[in-house]
Amino acid sequence: MPKITYIEHSGKEHVVDAPEGQTVMEAAVKHAVPGIDADCGGACACATCHVYVDPQWVSKTGEASSMEQSMLDFANDVEDTSRLSCQIKITKDLDGLIVRLPKSQH
Amino acid sequence: MSTVDIKRVVIIGAGQAGGETAQRLRQGGFEGDITLIGEEPLPPYQRPPLSKAYLLGDLSIDRLFLRPASTYQEERIAFLPSTRAVWIDRANKRVRLEGGREIPFDALVLATGARPRKLPLVGADLPGVHVLRSVSDVDAMRPAFVAGARLAVIGAGYIGLEAAAVARKLGLEVTVIEAAPRPLARVTSPEVAGFFLDEHTRHGVRFVLGGQPALIKGKNQVTGIALADGAEIAADIVIAGIGVTPETSLAQHCQLEIENGIVTDEHCRTSDPGIFAIGDCAARPIAHFDRVCRLESVHNAVEGAKIVAATLLGHEHAVEAPWFWSDQYDLKLQIAGLFQGYDRLVLRGVMADRAFAAFYYKGEKLIAVDAINRPAEYLGAKMLIQTGRTLPPDVIVDTSRPMKELVANAR
Repeated sequence: MPKITYIEHSGKEHVVDAPEGQTVMEAAVKHAVPGIDADCGGACACATCHVYVDPQWVSKTGEASSMEQSMLDFANDVEDTSRLSCQIKITKDLDGLIVRLPKSQH
Repeated sequence: MSTVDIKRVVIIGAGQAGGETAQRLRQGGFEGDITLIGEEPLPPYQRPPLSKAYLLGDLSIDRLFLRPASTYQEERIAFLPSTRAVWIDRANKRVRLEGGREIPFDALVLATGARPRKLPLVGADLPGVHVLRSVSDVDAMRPAFVAGARLAVIGAGYIGLEAAAVARKLGLEVTVIEAAPRPLARVTSPEVAGFFLDEHTRHGVRFVLGGQPALIKGKNQVTGIALADGAEIAADIVIAGIGVTPETSLAQHCQLEIENGIVTDEHCRTSDPGIFAIGDCAARPIAHFDRVCRLESVHNAVEGAKIVAATLLGHEHAVEAPWFWSDQYDLKLQIAGLFQGYDRLVLRGVMADRAFAAFYYKGEKLIAVDAINRPAEYLGAKMLIQTGRTLPPDVIVDTSRPMKELVANAR
């Protein structure tokens, strides 16, 4: 099963087994990684699952859709590699993925 | 009672509101006992996908769960599934379960949800007549959701229309019967309702507006619906989507104040300061809108959980403006605020593009938005409502300026 590392804003790391087919948001929420709220459960409705994809992984996670990009425009502390983690589907290729969490989702 | 005296929290209702409360208390550092009592056999799960991806068959059941079932034990949350609470003894601070067991509490959270209204018609109990509220409701109707089957949806609210969209995608013949002259009458403006009516019609849904079901027909299985005007609609499956009734019976029996839901203050405290009520069963003063409302939404469930956890832990918590969403076909509707009482509607973008936003004003104040495939307008309006700002209608219609820029310059 792919492994994903989530790094909290404080620097604390969480390495999580992430089933293929689920999303990077779901794997975090199901393992109680603090810092990803995902209030809407992945419907791309709340923009509270913002992460920074490690630059080395950006080519593999792909780009945000225009819908996602519009949501990100209103998130706090957005950077070039910002994504909504509910929109990144876990595949074999993402084994080892590293994402960092912003200071706050609201 | 000071919050430090609280050692035992009992939560009645293991839906999203109850489940989130348990989690947020634990994550927030609460070390006492947490008991989570749920009538359903499943751990807390998300209901919104039930009328969307789960009905379509796109989502396995474990992906509905808020957290895997095993986490409750790991986090020392005593989760009691398939368990009914039957009595609240306020004087002695105990909850009695069916079978007689009693659980003492220092703080009690009522997250009992709501019951779907049943059709008040002869034949409403026939096999093939469904409501859509729980996993078991959807599991019961799914086998009949096959191409060519005839579905009649009674009630054109969001859940009914979402089910209609899924059914069309699966190749069912769909008729929606609505007593009002238009769909979504309770939840949006005539303009936005008209847009959704056109979309569904274009996708092959038949509407009977102003239709009054009089009788559900069938012997051992539903075969159709007779309307009051004598018309008949053949159906293999019927979904009643005519709203819900808040589940307030426990609160009523122990004499808590009730008025369209269990009445609470802004901290979700009921008329008994040791008892909280959240989610679909409760009515609280809504920040940013000077009124008491019972809202049926994920945001309201999660917000209630956050408020209770913050109150019990003595933390600060900033309340969000209400938000909602609905998915139908390739349309994402995102709603912020409460549109009731608006006196002016302004469209940004055009409906024909299938990407537009309806802004609702009361006087000069922006009170709500319905954004269809327009996430920036949704988030922008939500931010304005939360911060008590507004944008003049003649500015908001200017699509040559991005929403983000408009919001940055709003007052």
